[in-house]
Amino acid sequence: MRKVIIEGRDIVTAFGDTIIHDHISCTIYENEIYALLGGSGSGKSTLLREMILLQSYQSGTLNVLGYDLAAITPLQAQKLRTQWGVLFQSGALYSSLSVGENIAMLYREYTDLSPKLIDELVALKIDLVGLPQHARYLFPSELSGGMIKRAALARALALDPKLLFLDEPTSGLDPLSSRQFDALIRQLRDLLGLTIVMVTHDLDTIHHSIDRFALLGDKKVIAEGRLSEVLQIDHPIVDYFFQKGSYGIQG
Amino acid sequence: MSNNAVITIEDHDGETLLRCSGSWTIPHLSTIESKLSRLRPDSSVIWDVSDISELDSAGIALWHLYHRAFEKEGITSELIGVNETHSKLYSLLYSSTNDTFIPPAHPSWLYSLGKRSYTNMQGVVQFITFLGEAFVLLFYTLSHPSKIRYRSIVAHIFSTGTAALPIIAVSAFLIGVVIAYQSIVQLQKFGADIFIVDTIGISLTRELAPLITAIVVAGRSGSAFTAQIGAMKMTQEIDAMKTMGFDPFIFLVWPRVIALMIVMPLLIFFADIIGIFGGMVIAQAQSNLSFTEFIHRLQGALALKHYMIGIIKGPFFAFLIAMVSTFRGFQVSSNTESIGFYTTKSVVNSIFLVIACDALFSILLTELKL
Repeated sequence: MRKVIIEGRDIVTAFGDTIIHDHISCTIYENEIYALLGGSGSGKSTLLREMILLQSYQSGTLNVLGYDLAAITPLQAQKLRTQWGVLFQSGALYSSLSVGENIAMLYREYTDLSPKLIDELVALKIDLVGLPQHARYLFPSELSGGMIKRAALARALALDPKLLFLDEPTSGLDPLSSRQFDALIRQLRDLLGLTIVMVTHDLDTIHHSIDRFALLGDKKVIAEGRLSEVLQIDHPIVDYFFQKGSYGIQG
Repeated sequence: MSNNAVITIEDHDGETLLRCSGSWTIPHLSTIESKLSRLRPDSSVIWDVSDISELDSAGIALWHLYHRAFEKEGITSELIGVNETHSKLYSLLYSSTNDTFIPPAHPSWLYSLGKRSYTNMQGVVQFITFLGEAFVLLFYTLSHPSKIRYRSIVAHIFSTGTAALPIIAVSAFLIGVVIAYQSIVQLQKFGADIFIVDTIGISLTRELAPLITAIVVAGRSGSAFTAQIGAMKMTQEIDAMKTMGFDPFIFLVWPRVIALMIVMPLLIFFADIIGIFGGMVIAQAQSNLSFTEFIHRLQGALALKHYMIGIIKGPFFAFLIAMVSTFRGFQVSSNTESIGFYTTKSVVNSIFLVIACDALFSILLTELKL
């Protein structure tokens, strides 16, 4: 049995009277690329935000890297936050800092490495995500959409986290860049032993990169598992989401 | 297996053997780094990495940094005991050409001075262009009165006028109190206490009430205008408006300018009353001048022209504040910092322009013997 990294059981989330999650559960294992899928408003981004401590839920348990998020102390939460990296949909780079400083900030705050080594590491991360070296002196407002995503990924990878959260990593990228991004993420998973959790709409990513996923809809998890398993399920949301029978993904 | 990163340094006839073990990961590297920085090998270095249990990119970067530094000094640096995971990670990190890029040099102060002067000049030109464009659209809307945004004007009258009354009241009252206190001490020396009425009446209505109102409005509403329009610019709302044919000058600029021009004289009138009341309170407390006496004296001392001059300044101040702050709002670019930058600029510029305009009024009116 593989190690469980994230485990959610019977999570209920509601905004006022609107129920978003009605007793949903999911399990994410070590070293897999896991996706949260679903239509707009299905609560997949909310679930991701709950996993990264940006949003609280009403009941149920959510375990991330062995911490129960409902009972976590501020100190434990701080420790947990250094063990993951998050890539936001719009990058969320700090606009007052250059790309290099955006990455270096984490080393300066959380390690006592020398400036020389930090410099080397920043150059490494920039290379790793396929950005040119001069990009480290650019400010986020001077970058294109694809470069922002790469820079944000470099920042998310700064502390070599074991767990990486990606919110729509390929949205706003051209098809070629999207595939390169997918390939990069797979490579990182294989070589660095990462566990990756992402929210995505990109059918190509779902087809080629993802190991397992949860399909959310109707406030529930409609299906969880591998693509080939889920496509066997006969459910209107599964049919709709994967456009079965038309030009969509075939099993 | 050790949880810490360990490096033991052994010397074999000039050959330095570095036995690396434990987990070479970010949290444990600083001790190793300090050891390595003190290391002065003679001729060659051999890194034995076979006992490293855990390795991350920082560990590799540390090795690479010192490997390069040693080679630069002419010391041969060799690696033994590399396993597959290590080499895979290394090739992932250092496969792409690590093109060395030299950071751009700092420009000289003369260059920066020239650049700043030029951008400031450009700002003035842009502001004049902005005013010109605004007036073209003003004449257009005046010839098409149905296009005037009455609702928006009323909403801005409320937010910049009614909502500003408490802070204007407090500021004006305190100014009245301060002026009364300061003058009464001087006037009592000559036994001319009654002239406190003239001092307060004229100085407040003619100069201080308009100025203090304009400064409060610039800080309160001017900054709000810049921030509102700046936020709309950032979220591309203004682009969306343009594509739908909603002109930002008609929808955003003029309603604010007109609302503020209507509101400002009223606020100045309000500040006049409260300020004089503040003076009255102090006059009674300090030199037993009753309210009735004060008002009786005020009717003789305060000529209508002083009050009118103060009120007439209102629309001019309002125009400057609203135009500068909306103009600065449109200058906001797509990064979050620029909103704060331009809001500060808008308040500083509008207060400066208000004071400059007030000085111009003083000169003009003195020349006209008013």
